[in-house]
Order: sequence, then C-alpha cells, then structure tokens
Amino acid sequence: MRVALSVACFEDVLFPGTAKAVTVLLERLGHEVAFPPGQTCCGQFHWTAGYHREAAGLARSHAAAFEGCEVVVAPSASCAATVRADYPKIARAARDPGLARAAEGLAFYELTEFLVDVLGVTDVGAYFPHRVTYHPSCRSLRTLGVGDRPVRLLRSVRGLDLVELPSAGECCGFGGAFAMKNADVSVAMVADKVRHVRDTGAEVVCAVDDSCLAHIGGALSRLRGGVRTMHLAEILAETGPA
Amino acid sequence: MPRPKFAAAARPELADTRSRRNLRGATAALRGREAAAAAGTADWEDLREAGRAIGDGALLDLDAHLEELERAVTEAGGTVHWAADAAEARLVVTGLVRATGAKEVVKAASATTREIGLNDALARAGVTVRETGVAEMVVQLGEDAPSHLLSPAAHRDRAEIAELLRRAVPGAGPGLADDPEALAAAARTHLRDRFLRARVAVTGANFLVAETGTLVLLESEGNARMCLTLPETLISIAGIDKVVPTWDDMEVFLQLLPRSSTGDRMTPYVSSWTGVTPGDGPRAFHLVLLDNGRTRALADEVGRAALRCIRCSACSNVCPVYERTGGRPYGPVHPGPIGAVLTPLTRGVESAADASLPYASTLCGACADVCPVKIDIPDVLVHLRGKVVESRRRRPVPTPEMALMRGLAWTMGDPRRHEAAVRRGVRWARLLSRGGRIRRLPGLLGKWTEARDLPAPPAESFRGWWDRTRA
Repeated sequence: MRVALSVACFEDVLFPGTAKAVTVLLERLGHEVAFPPGQTCCGQFHWTAGYHREAAGLARSHAAAFEGCEVVVAPSASCAATVRADYPKIARAARDPGLARAAEGLAFYELTEFLVDVLGVTDVGAYFPHRVTYHPSCRSLRTLGVGDRPVRLLRSVRGLDLVELPSAGECCGFGGAFAMKNADVSVAMVADKVRHVRDTGAEVVCAVDDSCLAHIGGALSRLRGGVRTMHLAEILAETGPA
Repeated sequence: MPRPKFAAAARPELADTRSRRNLRGATAALRGREAAAAAGTADWEDLREAGRAIGDGALLDLDAHLEELERAVTEAGGTVHWAADAAEARLVVTGLVRATGAKEVVKAASATTREIGLNDALARAGVTVRETGVAEMVVQLGEDAPSHLLSPAAHRDRAEIAELLRRAVPGAGPGLADDPEALAAAARTHLRDRFLRARVAVTGANFLVAETGTLVLLESEGNARMCLTLPETLISIAGIDKVVPTWDDMEVFLQLLPRSSTGDRMTPYVSSWTGVTPGDGPRAFHLVLLDNGRTRALADEVGRAALRCIRCSACSNVCPVYERTGGRPYGPVHPGPIGAVLTPLTRGVESAADASLPYASTLCGACADVCPVKIDIPDVLVHLRGKVVESRRRRPVPTPEMALMRGLAWTMGDPRRHEAAVRRGVRWARLLSRGGRIRRLPGLLGKWTEARDLPAPPAESFRGWWDRTRA
C-alpha cells in the first residue's frame, strides 16, 4: 500500500526520530511511504487557542496537501483527531463547506489504528528489551478511542517488559496553550504524572503523541529523572536478533 | 478590585497543600462512586441520551414552558417574580424579606443566591442569613468561599471542621471529637434552634416542573426540607434554565442526578413543593425566576448546550485542573469545567477574569465523558476561546500573543516560508541549548521553561532526512 505520512509541524523539527521510525517501520512491513511536501501544520494549535480564522486557513492547506492520497497516517493522535473530529467544526465556524468535504474525503489514521485496523497486525517484528510504561494521551483515549491498540502492539514486542502506569488516563497537563497560560497548574499536573511514571520503575515512558511526551520528558529532564521518553513508533521500529 | 485571572487565582490554591490533599480525597472518592453507579445502571447511555433530549426540548421552547410554570405556580397560590439580573433579584428578595419584618432568614441549597450575592445584600438590609446546609455552614463559619458545587467544604478536613464548630457552637464545647457522628450531632443542635426560630426561609431548587408548578430539590441532610416546611414565608430562587416541561421528565433526572453527583442510586431527601397548602407548611410562597445572562447563553448556538447542566458536579470530580485548584479560582458563580463555560456564557468575555476561564482546561475531555446530559464541555470551551480572540481582534494594538499567533499562521500558510522559518528556528534553538536541552526560552515561550526543559532540535529535521534519503 502507498501510505502518505502526516508529520506534525513540531515533530518535524523537534522529534524527527518519530517520523523516521514510522517510515522505517512501514517500509519493513512492505509498504511504500510518501511524504507529501505541501504539508506544514494541521491548525490544531490555532484552533484550540481560539484563533479560528487562522486555523481555517491552515486546515484548508493541510487538507489540500493530502488530496488524492489513498491513506494518510499520522504518528500523532492529536493531529489525527484534529482532522477527523475538529475539521468539521472548523469548517462550520468558517462557513466553509468545501473544507468539510475535503476533510471527509481523507482516510486519516493515527498510527496504531492504521497498524491494527487497516493492516491487521499487532506483531510488527520489533525487539526492545527494556522496561516500558505507556501513557495514553487524552486525544488518543477520548477523541479517537484507540483503546488498547497501542498496548496490544507493545505486548507483541519481543523482550519488552510492559508495566502499567498508575492513573494512566489522567491528563499530563500539556494542553497546547494551557502549558503556557496556566503554567503553574500545568506543572502541578505533570509533577504527578512524572511521579507515577517513576513509581513504575520503567526506563522508558512511551505514548502516541510527541506533544505529551515533550511535556513529560521536559519535566523528567529538569528532574534528571532517569527515565527516557520515546514515541511508540520508535519502539516498534527497533529490531534485534531474529 | 477586579477579580484575578484564573492562573493568578490558582496560585495560592496550588500552594495550599492541606486543601489540595482534602480535595483530592473528596474528588477521588466521588468519582469512584459515580463510575460504579453509572456502570451499575444497565441503561445508563439511554438515560444520558434521554436527559440530553429533555434538556434540549425544554430549552427550545423555554418561553412557553416558563409561562406555563408561572400559571401553575399562581394557580397553586404562589407568587412568581421575574429578575432580569442579579441586582433585580437582590431587590426582589430583600423586599420580600423586609415585608415580613424578619431580621433573620434560614437558607438552604442555593448556589443561585451566591450567584446574585444575596447574603451581602440581606446583611446590608439588616437581615442575618443563616446557612443550614452543613457544608455551607462550615464555609460561612470559616468565612471562606465554597470550593465544590456539591460539598462546598470539600477543601476542609474533619479536624478543621471540628475546630470551626467548637468555636461557633457554644453547646458543643472544647471536647468535641472530630468523628462524623459527633460533628453531625453538634451541627444538628446548632441548626435545630435556627429552624425553630426562623420565620422566613430562602431556598434554591434543582428542577421546576412547568405543567404542575412544582419545585423539586434533592439533598442528603434534610435541612433544606426543614426550610421548606417550618417557616411562614418561603422564598425560592432558581435560574430559568431549571425548567422541565412535565412531571414525567423527573423520572430521568431523578436517576441521573444522584448517580452523577454522589454515586447513589437515590438521594436521601427528594422534596417537591407546589404553591401553598392551607393548614400545612409556609403560608406564603414566592418563586423568583432569574435570568442573569441565561438568555444570552441561550442565544449562543454552540454554548446553549451548557444550559442543560443539572449541577451534579461530575465534571469537577474528574477534572485534573479542578482537582488541583479547587473551585475558587473559577469565580463566584460555578466551579469546575461547567463553570469555565457557564460563567463566560452568561457574563460575556469582556473582563480579563471571565476571558481567562475558557483557557482553564487542557481539553482532556474527561468532563464530556461523564456528563449525565452529554454536554460537550471542551467543544464549548474552544468555541468561547474563539469569542475571546474575536473580542481581542477589535483592539487597535495587537497583543504580543496575537502577533505571535498570526505570524505563525502566516509562516505556516506556505510550505516555502515554513521551511525557511524552520531552518532559522533550528539554528537559534541550537544556540540556546546546552547538552541537548533548552533550559530557558525567551519571550512568551519562557512560561514553558519555568519548570520544564525543551529538547534541542536535532541538526536535521525529518524533512531534511527525507530529502537526503528518500527524495
């Protein structure tokens, strides 16, 4: 299958390893990966911050960048959720039925949905001999309802010791502009998340959103917490002895 | 002095470790009970959908239902008063109390009276208000503001409550133990005297049934019921959004509300009262119907969904922001996620404090998942953020944030501009970094690095890698 990759704007710059891992993983599974060059940003940040006019402009060009693609995969639940759940709202707010139609025409998936539902695989042949815990991001959990797909993928990774995160479903406190506008509350929230992560004894905390991981990782780094953050795709791309 | 923005009001609450521990305990216990109650109700999703539909239907023809309600209340011997705003409501209630000559009123179960600032207004009129809900009484004795819609003293623990009661209840004595039974007994002694003396009571109502003119109130202590039955004059005040068309509709809400508020299948005391009954209960009954911005919210096609709220507090109990700040930073009207939408919907977003409320959320969505009448709170929050930004656009000089957001959108609006900006940004970011991390960002972004690092961007972006290896 020819899979078009949607890479979050900040991921492209700050976490290029995630999209590289997705590319390597999908190619290993026998698929052709494309990276439509017209993409910049899905408009989520502007939409949720209240800049709805600007969000509509970004949404239009984002949808246009993937026009005609058979299937689009994003290693970011929040970007996928924006296209699927928010574009109809952005279109309504901007009174732009064209945008609504364009969004409807896109087969836009979050990575784990694509692997499990479209490709029908949970064992992607990965090897990662480490103790890992998984943080379900709010958008993956509640907007997309990816459920246990990421966990099923992780359980199939050879050598991986998966440990459950206490209060896993509680938000890490990032929330886009929230982390800046309500910095103190945001920090109080991530402090609890980091405490739970450290309680698991895991070496790695992973998620399907680099935004949450930037937040959790940023707090861990300040604390010299001794725990690494990795995108789930980076774990799935790892291989070892056969 | 203007009310502070949410972020500023949250700061002292975050520092109060005792209050935070108490709130965490209270919300965790409630959300556990609520989740169990919902899971134990086989038709829970059908009930939620029914609650949503009844609420929407009631709001769609609100004017007709209100007229029907007024007719029914009047026929039953009550008097209906309309109040367009808080000032008018205060005037009506203080006038009614003055006319009785009473110098003291007992009050129960009314967040609406807090919304209109009734206690202060009555105090200015020389009337003392005695809160009779135990939690409200504790808040009044402690001279602080309520922190939770359902249990206003959720931020207090038993030791603190015992201390307040020791000071306030002369009969309780210094030996008052801080176990629940002893505290309840002390509160009961204190309140009994108030009930027996009171000639006037002020209450709220959970629901107003239009077809019969009946008010319905749910409570766990029975103190509101005492207010409804003992005094000569009863004044009930309720928002116009509390109307349900028919008595049958109560079947749905009497199941939804207790499960979502306390996790109980039934509320210990469900009281309903209709007008006056000769020889029994109050001799005069007044219903004050309050608008105070509710029609403004009704006119907002996205926001009006929030008027379905049945004030159960389930959204607060699951909200990670609320759990850490308590209800007070949300302002005097409604706490928690629903307050973050209802307050700006009814008051507008002109003041900095009201405009900050829609941003007091990470949009995690936990509130929408538990709402018994399916209010999509994050959806309304984002809608209101749009209103805040629109109101800022009208200013002659753009705020730094607006300049940044517009600049970002302009840059990202075109792939070539975007790529050039990324290259520049990466160079700057790498200059700011030490050992692979950025510990201090300049300008508006500095808020991020107050307590969190940012990873330094690698020298090569994904785009760069793609062009080098795949293109």
